[in-house]
Amino acid sequence: MSADTRPLTYRVDLAAPLDLRGYESREGYAAVRKALKDMQPAEVTHLVKEANLRGRGGAGFPTAVKWGLVPMGESAPRQKYLLCNADEMEPGTFKDRLLMEGVPHQLIEAMIVSGYAIQASRGYIFLRGEYVLAAERLERALAEAKAAGYLGANVLGSPWSFELFVHTGAGRYIPGEETALINSLEGRRANPRAKPPFPQIAGLWGKPTVVNNVETLCNVPHIVLRGAEWFQGLSQGRSKDSGTKLYGVSGRVKRAGLWELPFGVSAREVLEEHAGGMQAGLKLKCWLPGGASTDFLMPEHLDLAMDFDTIAKAGSRMGTGLLTVVDDSRSIVSVVKNLEEFFARESCGWCTPCRDGLPWSVRILAALEAGEGRPGDIETLEQLCRFLGPGRTFCAHAPGAVEPLQSAIKYFRREFEAGIAKPAPQPVIQRKPAPRAMA
Amino acid sequence: MSAALAPQNIAPSTAQEPYVLHLEDRAAIEREMLHYEDRRAASIGALKIVQKRHGWVPDEAIPAVGQVLGISAAEVEGVATFYPLIFRRPVGRHVIKVCDSVACFLTGYEEVRDAVRKSLSVGFGETTADGRFTLLPICCLGACDKGPVLMIDEDTHFEVSPEDVARLLERYP
Repeated sequence: MSADTRPLTYRVDLAAPLDLRGYESREGYAAVRKALKDMQPAEVTHLVKEANLRGRGGAGFPTAVKWGLVPMGESAPRQKYLLCNADEMEPGTFKDRLLMEGVPHQLIEAMIVSGYAIQASRGYIFLRGEYVLAAERLERALAEAKAAGYLGANVLGSPWSFELFVHTGAGRYIPGEETALINSLEGRRANPRAKPPFPQIAGLWGKPTVVNNVETLCNVPHIVLRGAEWFQGLSQGRSKDSGTKLYGVSGRVKRAGLWELPFGVSAREVLEEHAGGMQAGLKLKCWLPGGASTDFLMPEHLDLAMDFDTIAKAGSRMGTGLLTVVDDSRSIVSVVKNLEEFFARESCGWCTPCRDGLPWSVRILAALEAGEGRPGDIETLEQLCRFLGPGRTFCAHAPGAVEPLQSAIKYFRREFEAGIAKPAPQPVIQRKPAPRAMA
Repeated sequence: MSAALAPQNIAPSTAQEPYVLHLEDRAAIEREMLHYEDRRAASIGALKIVQKRHGWVPDEAIPAVGQVLGISAAEVEGVATFYPLIFRRPVGRHVIKVCDSVACFLTGYEEVRDAVRKSLSVGFGETTADGRFTLLPICCLGACDKGPVLMIDEDTHFEVSPEDVARLLERYP
């Protein structure tokens, strides 16, 4: 493995991650030195734009566009914030954990370089509370970086000062939504906020704020060191998208795991070559391309490139890019029930369609699973998919929740129909017309 | 019956002692506050500090935390009840959190859950009679390639099989 083909993971060591000196001896913090010495903040943003870096948290939004909305220059607010979304909790996703546990200094360096680009005054790594080992390792790396002058007042003797903190959460999925994350960081309930104003204008404590995913940020130092052209070449012409991607597979496959591969490899390559295919005696039934909130795809979609546009064209979303594989021993209704139970429990309860609609879907799915569904149940589920869809709710939680549901009904309608109880034959009762009520 | 006529042989209920934050906890919360430009941002951290001392966050601690942070008890309670890793009821000496999200569900969550429930004779949200374990569900722990996964206190256990459960629990007296 080398920096040229596996920039994100070539220095990963889960047993004993590199300390500051070890990291520095392998190009660590070289990007900080280069950016602060040779580049204007706008040049860093421009380079990230040229590289075509898109967000790895699930939405694929161009990183430089996000940064480009931050007010810059003399008249910009003095306080600006860079937040790292390390609240990895999308079911089926286990990539950011590896980056933080395996090479914590890389994320610290990435925060510094990216913070410099937007001239942030402070950064916070919003880490989920359950990632105890990642917290320990990040704190240690942070202390080392601070002692070495990479953080604090006048970073490496430049006029720019930057402080960085690790903030650990206390559970729940919703802080992964960027405005809910900001509320949570402010010490409030993690309800999402209305947009606009966008966080880049008024985010944390009302100041310009950028929220980026761990994997997204970790690409930035490599782009600064090796350039945009190199980054675009990493996908080896397989995709319009640039760079590498952490792809993974979970479910009943031979070798579940995580691999850094060129952006745009096919799902088949990930599943068959890297994960070794399905376990003996099992067949692939369907798969989620990138987390619980993406639409199911079928075996015939395996040859598609795992990139944002291709997976979108097939009617799903690449999401986090980690496949969850459902085998043919499973009833789709029970798998979808599991997914919707998750979304119902994790709804913050702020808006009615989400708070009430998701538990309703769970009740119907439980009835269908038990063979006690009623005629009309599938239509009700379809109606819920529309009522909880994009534009009907406060944030993306419920629209994400209905993606696996709507696609499961589309591909496996028969299994849903099989859950509807057959009405017992009713004896025919002759009824006289009811007498009219007396006035 | 008015208070004046109350039988004299019944001791008047003693007013509850106001909760005083332990000095160390107060200092830890104040250190935490330095990380933020608004002190209420330390509310989750403060609740975790209190919880570390008691195993949970007692009712009386809520206003005390609010006082340090400069926010109302109701706001502290709002935060405390939103986040599942803050416990507002007493829990056992050890807290077991079993991942019930989709990847673990596909790789054997139900069998592991049943083994834990059987071994402890409690359901989710309950504590064993001896006060040793509390059992809770938790969402995806980000180790989907190593499912089924569960946490006991701060330790994450991977590829748990139903047969492992009894031996695993023995490690937490």
